[in-house]
Amino acid sequence: MSGRYSRVGRTRPSGGGLELAIWYLMRLTGLGLFVLALSHFLIVHVIYDPAEQTASWIAEVRWSSLFWRAFDWSLLMLVLFHGFMGMRTVIVDYASGRARLFIMSGLYLLGLALFVLGTLVVMTLPVVPKG
Amino acid sequence: MLLRYRGREGMYAWAFHRIAGVGVWAFVVLHVIDIYLVGGNPEAYDELLQIYASPIGRVVETVLGAALLYHALNGLRIIVMDFWPPLTRWHRQLWYLCWVIFVGVGLPVAYVILKPIWEGAPT
Repeated sequence: MSGRYSRVGRTRPSGGGLELAIWYLMRLTGLGLFVLALSHFLIVHVIYDPAEQTASWIAEVRWSSLFWRAFDWSLLMLVLFHGFMGMRTVIVDYASGRARLFIMSGLYLLGLALFVLGTLVVMTLPVVPKG
Repeated sequence: MLLRYRGREGMYAWAFHRIAGVGVWAFVVLHVIDIYLVGGNPEAYDELLQIYASPIGRVVETVLGAALLYHALNGLRIIVMDFWPPLTRWHRQLWYLCWVIFVGVGLPVAYVILKPIWEGAPT
């Protein structure tokens, strides 16, 4: 442990560069997710109920405005960075050598796939007027 | 101080944070795929949604919400201590504060999510 105080989160990397940038971005995306992820959870579980959220409900109501599509896409970008960089830290803690390389490659491929799938659906799902 | 910290609240705060984080990550993987189905295969999405709205689904969502809320609150605690190091002195009190907010916010939300189990799902 090289940090003076922080022993709960990952210690701030000394030396700068990419690792330090990731350290700061984890905290920045974390703050963004505190707002976006918690409001997303409240919207789909408290304001609405899962029982009414069919595919047509998403096309007609949930994603009927550019605002909510932009909101959900921002949430996707933040969670992909935060979640996959977080998993990277976990993997570095528990795997090493070839196993780490193998798991890490799978992790990044999965992240890329989710980026493509999520972006595709939020940007191309046709807006269906409610009726 | 360090040894005591590691074996007690600080270590549990860290362990819960990691477990909750990995759990939320796993759900996000599932969730991005299921949302893709809205465009790719709406019938399959509607079927999956019935599982989300079922009693078991609601219990799992409540656990997911708890993991998300804990990770969010403890994450703020980490940020606070990272950028205002002297506050690390109160890390234990800050953790208890997280739990007070967790219970205060979490119980009403859990009630709303679980209520349809005994009242019948809204139509």
